[in-house]
Amino acid sequence: MSREFLLEIGVEELPARYIKDAVGQLKDNMEKLLKEERLSYQSINTFSTPRRLTLVLRGLGEVGESQQDLVKGPALKIAYDNEGNPTRALQGFMRGQGVTEDNIKTMEYNGDEYIYAAVNKSGKPLQVVLEEGLGDVIKGITFPKSMRWGGKNLRFARPIRWLLAILDNEVLPFELEGIEAGNITRGHRFLGSQNIQIDHIDAYEKQLRDNFVIVDQEERKDIIRLKAEKLAKEKGGSIQKDEDLLDEVTNLVEYPTPIIGRIKEEYLGLPFDVITTPMKEHLRYFPVLDDKGRLLPYFVTVRNGDSQHEETVVKGNEKVLGARLEDAKFFYKDDVSIPLEGYVEKLKTLTFQEKLGTVYDKTNRVMRLTKKIGDYLEVGDETEKNLQRASFLAKADLVTKMVTEFTELQGKIGMEYAEESGENEIVSLAIHEQYMPRFAGDELPTTTAGAILSIADKLDSICGLFAIGIKPTGSQDPFALRRAAIGIINIIMDKKLNISLLELIDFSLYIYVEENGLACDYNKVRVEIKDFFMGRVRNLFLDAGLPYDVVDSVINTESDNIYDMRIRVEKLSKWFESEDVAEILVAFNRLSSMATKTESTEVKRDLLTSDEIRLYDDYNALEEKVESHINKKEYDKAMMLLGTLKDSINDYFDKVMVMVDDEELKENRLSLLRRIYSKMMKVCDLTYIVAR
Amino acid sequence: MYFQDLMLKLLNYWGEKDCIIMEPYDIEKGAGTMSPHTFLRALGPEPWQVVYVEPSRRPADARYGENPNRVYQHHQLQVILKPSPENIQDLYLDSLKAIGVDPLKHDIRFVEDNWEAPTLGAWGLGWEVWLDGMEITQFTYFQQVGGINCDLESGELTYGLERIAMYLQDVDNVFDIQWNKNFTYGDIFRKAEYEHSVYSFEKADIQVLKELFNTYENEANKGIADELVIPSYDYVLKCSHTFNVLDARGAISVSERTNYIGRVRNLARSIASLYLDQRKQMDYPLLKKGGVDNE
Repeated sequence: MSREFLLEIGVEELPARYIKDAVGQLKDNMEKLLKEERLSYQSINTFSTPRRLTLVLRGLGEVGESQQDLVKGPALKIAYDNEGNPTRALQGFMRGQGVTEDNIKTMEYNGDEYIYAAVNKSGKPLQVVLEEGLGDVIKGITFPKSMRWGGKNLRFARPIRWLLAILDNEVLPFELEGIEAGNITRGHRFLGSQNIQIDHIDAYEKQLRDNFVIVDQEERKDIIRLKAEKLAKEKGGSIQKDEDLLDEVTNLVEYPTPIIGRIKEEYLGLPFDVITTPMKEHLRYFPVLDDKGRLLPYFVTVRNGDSQHEETVVKGNEKVLGARLEDAKFFYKDDVSIPLEGYVEKLKTLTFQEKLGTVYDKTNRVMRLTKKIGDYLEVGDETEKNLQRASFLAKADLVTKMVTEFTELQGKIGMEYAEESGENEIVSLAIHEQYMPRFAGDELPTTTAGAILSIADKLDSICGLFAIGIKPTGSQDPFALRRAAIGIINIIMDKKLNISLLELIDFSLYIYVEENGLACDYNKVRVEIKDFFMGRVRNLFLDAGLPYDVVDSVINTESDNIYDMRIRVEKLSKWFESEDVAEILVAFNRLSSMATKTESTEVKRDLLTSDEIRLYDDYNALEEKVESHINKKEYDKAMMLLGTLKDSINDYFDKVMVMVDDEELKENRLSLLRRIYSKMMKVCDLTYIVAR
Repeated sequence: MYFQDLMLKLLNYWGEKDCIIMEPYDIEKGAGTMSPHTFLRALGPEPWQVVYVEPSRRPADARYGENPNRVYQHHQLQVILKPSPENIQDLYLDSLKAIGVDPLKHDIRFVEDNWEAPTLGAWGLGWEVWLDGMEITQFTYFQQVGGINCDLESGELTYGLERIAMYLQDVDNVFDIQWNKNFTYGDIFRKAEYEHSVYSFEKADIQVLKELFNTYENEANKGIADELVIPSYDYVLKCSHTFNVLDARGAISVSERTNYIGRVRNLARSIASLYLDQRKQMDYPLLKKGGVDNE
């Protein structure tokens, strides 16, 4: 007979963001227990609401599968007497394990023979497994933050108040730190009964539904989505898409009823984000937009309950939103009473990092840095001018009232206020774009000024913090420098910027020395930063599905032009597809192992013997063409050409002894190899390539 | 419901649940948690149940009596239930019914909130309780106080009385709350709000306050050396308020700020462990007392 089991952990309202993971852990822990006890099952389902985590198991086996264990006994030499009968030692062992001579055998252990008993371990009955194991299944759930309560020796995200445990329609008795499992669950806090007896597992969902709890999170989510859309449509709009908010709201309620409220006209003049941020972040309301994405004067909120006295709830929510927006309006009015540039001076009171000065200091550094990068990239006078202005104003919004209150609006508010202060469109947009990308997959800056400002802002943080020894380690990255580096790399790729990473780093460190009098082990730090970037570059390339050997062959060259690296990886991959390179790889491996023994590329032709001349001439014949391909970034063609040297290289090594005693001769031979090697290294290091 | 009736109804409700009804503690403080009836009693294994209204001063929130929602001094109604009873949420919800808030007519939610008070070395987990979207109560299970783990976890309920009253009386401005039949909140506090704003933002003598902070800190330290818990703690409260005024006055830089907070926290920690030692020496006299009426 297959059996069924239901477990519900009844809790005080769990944080919405913990619920999905917690119920997943509950399932994993249970599966682990069943596996360890060799118990079979057909299905395992989960449900969750803020007040309960539920598990339903069907098709459970009656008992665990039995298993044979080998138990080590006495050494063979003391197991039998002279007549071949079991000694007392062996008899005792067999008695202890409950086996006869039929179930023992001899096996070697550490060079000696021992008696082993084949002991049949019968599986435990399901009921026993559950009674003994459920405590650990529950205790094994971990949370980002957990608590203790009532003096119990138990940690959970919020207090556990009841346990419902039913095995085939009977209570499965177990206890967790004084909390007894039973057949009673609780309905919706206000609308349902707080004493619901569950007699049949199949009735669980329905009985709770009758008591205003929808235990299936997907069903709640659908209800919210459909009803919210319907309400918005009635007003000629639609809900602003936000999966995260939808998930959060789904886990804030047991019985969702979306309701619609009005935003007072007087607040609609505020910038879009100023209105929607408190709505979404603080109140979990869904904004309603028209078909052009403009805000309509409505919001949808989701009540945990039915539609009784809906007007009271709507009115209350409108009032709360009104108070929030009243604050925002006050901040806005007060903030724009002076132009954005008026806030720059106040940045002197805002610390960036104790050793790296204030945000005002950072502003000065970033202005110099964007100037340098702009010059380097020859962006032109117009962009330079905008870039300088945007750099000067970039951080001003940090000391406005609005950003102090809603920190997530940094940049956006800067843009709004810049426009308000009569700054041009590019300057305003660049201020907003400096924080892009804010997370993986986020939008990238669209303007050149925004892109350069974003790079400079991030680079300044990375270089300064590395210089004072604050580097990301393991899971520790308090200044999110990894994200900053990835952001820079993505912008460089997106904007196809041909830029030397080391030069960028040098620009920034040099400014630190001049502006902050920063002292550090300069040569060490710049290499550390470069390596830090290269680590990110490598990961990004691999994540993009590029072959690791080609990536490594490119990263391990002198080059520090990230955009160019990407091109090389692609062109090389193309080359590998177009011809069989196995023999070329062998030839260049031979060449590389010798070439790295010298630094010189000066070859004296008159010292070459006739056997060497062939390689020398063949190479010279194509050197210029290779160089021209490289300059045109036709790396596949460059390598194809170099690859044609494979026969002359092999021929050379067959006939020429490179490491001769005559120093001058040896050096001359190595230099020829080095010269070819160096050309290859301008594209990639072929020794990293695995034969295809 | 008048403001004073709101206070009385809640005090009575919790009094009937066997909480000690206490008067406000007579030293300036930023929150009800800072009263020794909470801060110290939350420590150690002894039970404790108390309810009191605590006028709470936050100089940085002063708005010259002109902002409808922010004030220099507001009123918190504070409940401590130690240990937190099984049905603490139900007890709380019943208290709302006692002031006329019927959960069936509203949307009441427990929304995650992790409470932390760095100057007290205290933190706990719990919720903001929302009434139709408005936060009306902070509900916290204390986990640590004065940097010390709580042996017996307290449940703390902090009602924001002004917000509740504004909701119940359906007024949009805190100063329009009817305190009783004849007097409004504004009649009583608007002038004080204005004067405290002028003082905190414009007039407070920075030099004098900095010296006062040092003096209070010294006095607290002397008290700690003499093992006088309560008198020392009184001076910690003085330090904390003095710091808050200096902060509102804009007299404290970012790095100084960390330093001042650290000084207050160190005092609070020393006093917390001194208090615990004393209770232990006294054999925890309240161990057998207390217990909330669950009915």
